[in-house]
Amino acid sequence: MENQYLNLLDRALGLDGPSEPWPLSGRVVLIEDCVETSGSFVLHQLVKRSLSPTSSNVIIFVAFANPFSHYDRILRKLGCNLVTQRDNKRFIFFDMLMLRCPDVDKGKSSEGGLVLLYEKILKTICGLPGDKKDYVTIMMDDISLVEVAANGGSDYVLDFLHYCHSLTSEFDCSLIMLNHEDIYSSMERPTLILQMEYLADILVKAEPLSTGLATDVHGQLTVLNKGTSHRLGSSGNKIHNFHYKVKENSVEYFYPGSRV
Amino acid sequence: LRDGGLEGEHAPALTIKDSKPFGFDVFNYVLTQLSNYILAGKSQSRGLVVVAYSRSPSFYVDLLKRGIDIASIHILDCYTDPLGWKNWLQDVRNLDKLYSLIIEQGKGLIGQGKDRFSIAIDSVSEMVRHASISSVAGILSNLRSHDQVSSIFWLLHSDLHEIKFTSVLEYLSSMVASVEPENLSMLEQNFRKGKFHVRFKRRNGRIRVMCEEILVELAGIKFINQRLLPKVQFNLQLSEEERNERAKVVLPFEHQGNGKPIQIYDGRRSLGEGKGQIIYFRDSDDEMPDSDEDPDDDLDI
Repeated sequence: MENQYLNLLDRALGLDGPSEPWPLSGRVVLIEDCVETSGSFVLHQLVKRSLSPTSSNVIIFVAFANPFSHYDRILRKLGCNLVTQRDNKRFIFFDMLMLRCPDVDKGKSSEGGLVLLYEKILKTICGLPGDKKDYVTIMMDDISLVEVAANGGSDYVLDFLHYCHSLTSEFDCSLIMLNHEDIYSSMERPTLILQMEYLADILVKAEPLSTGLATDVHGQLTVLNKGTSHRLGSSGNKIHNFHYKVKENSVEYFYPGSRV
Repeated sequence: LRDGGLEGEHAPALTIKDSKPFGFDVFNYVLTQLSNYILAGKSQSRGLVVVAYSRSPSFYVDLLKRGIDIASIHILDCYTDPLGWKNWLQDVRNLDKLYSLIIEQGKGLIGQGKDRFSIAIDSVSEMVRHASISSVAGILSNLRSHDQVSSIFWLLHSDLHEIKFTSVLEYLSSMVASVEPENLSMLEQNFRKGKFHVRFKRRNGRIRVMCEEILVELAGIKFINQRLLPKVQFNLQLSEEERNERAKVVLPFEHQGNGKPIQIYDGRRSLGEGKGQIIYFRDSDDEMPDSDEDPDDDLDI
C-alpha cells in the first residue's frame, strides 16, 4: 500500500503493513460511537481499504441502517465505486432495511430469523470461489438495529454474534461491527455492549472532545488494538488516540495540537 | 493449583475475575503454566480438560503448541455450535450432560487408577448465558467434589453479572484472583500494566492476600514481583548485611557443641549414660523473616 495515502487510522488498525495477508483477517473490530460523533466514517474507510486494488478482499455488508445508494454515494466521494465492486462480486450487500431477517414468515421467532441470517452469511462464504474464501470481511451496520429486528432479544443478538465470531476462526474472515454506546449508557448493566467489547480484538471509539464542540475538530478517536501473535515485534494492547475532522470528500486525522 | 487437592477434600478452585478485557491473558497464562507442569510431571494432576466457550479449540491448540501432548490435554468444544444452529450434537444448555462429558473426557485422559485431572473453563460468563445460576453453581460444585479432579479454574467477567452470581462463584472457590488495569483512564501505558490481587482461603479458615503487578506483552503476561510495602518510617526489609548477621545467631539446641555430643542437664542424676537427646529439626528454614506464614498452618484441625 502506498505510504502517502495511509493515515493515522490505518496505522492504528494495523493496516500499514503489507496488504497480504490482510492484517484484520480472523479479527473482530468493534466501532463504538454516539449521537454527537458518528462512527460510520470509520466503517466507510474500512470499506475503501478492503476494496483497494492491491487486496483481494470480499465484503459481505449486512445493512440495517441505510440502503445501498447511501453507501454508494459516500464511497464514490472517497474514490471507490461500489456498483462496479458489486458486479465484480467483491461487495455483497444484504439489504436488511425492512428490519426483517430474510425469508422469515410471520410467526417465526426472532431467534429463527437470526439463525437464517447466519446461515445466509455462511452459505455466501461457502459459495465463494476458492481463492476468495480466505479474504472475507463481514460488516454490520449496525448492531442496535439488529436488536430491533430481534424485537429486543439481545440474548439472540449475542448468540448471533457468537456464531459470527466462530466464522472468524473457521474461515479466517474479519468481523466489523458498529454500535452506539450512548443507547446503553442509561442501563445499569449494559450487557450487550460489554459482551461485544469482550468479543472484539480491536475497539475503535468515536467520542466528542472533552472541551466540547469545535469547528476544526469534530471529535476524537481512540483505538485499542489487542495484539496478536501474527504481528511480530509488537507488544499486546496498543492504544492510539487522535482527533479527526470529517470533510466533504475525506476525513482528516491528526494528533491533537498538530494542526496549524 | 499445581499441588492439587488432598484425599477426601474438595479440589482447589480458582476464579479469575476481571471487568475489562484483561483477564483473558491471565487465564491463558495459568492455562499454559498448568499444562507445562502436567507435561513435566510436576503436578498432582495428570491431564487437563479445557472447556472452550469463547475461543475456538484451535486457538488453544496454538496457545499450548509448544508443549501439547494430545494424550494429556483435551479440549471440549462449546464454542463452535453451542446452540445447535449448525446442527451439531453439542448443546450447552444441558449442564448435566456437560458434567458427564467433562468427567468422561478426564477419565479418558488419565486412565484407571488413582490419577487425577484438572479442568479449565474458558468463560463461566458464557456458560451462565445459557443456563441458570444455580445449575452453573451446581456443576462447578460437583466438579470440585469429584475424587478424580485435582484442580479447577475458570474465568469470570464480573461486570456482566449481578453481584449475586459473582459472590456465589467466589464462595465456591478457594482462590479468587482479580485482575484490573492500572488506571481506568485510557492512557497509552495503562492498558499494558495491571494489578493482580489474589485471595487464598486456607483450609483452616485463614485468608491470605497477595498483590502483584502484571505487564501484558505479546508473548503473554509477565509478573513484576514488587512486594507492595506500606510506606512507613522504618525499614521493613533486611539488608544483605543484616541477613548475614541473623544467620550467625546461635540458637538454643542448635549449632552447639561444635561437633561434640552435647551434654544436657535435666536435673536428674544416676540414669546411666545420658541416653536422652534432643534432636531439633527446624522447619522454618525456608521462611523469610517476618513472613505471614502461620506455623500452625499445617495443623489438621
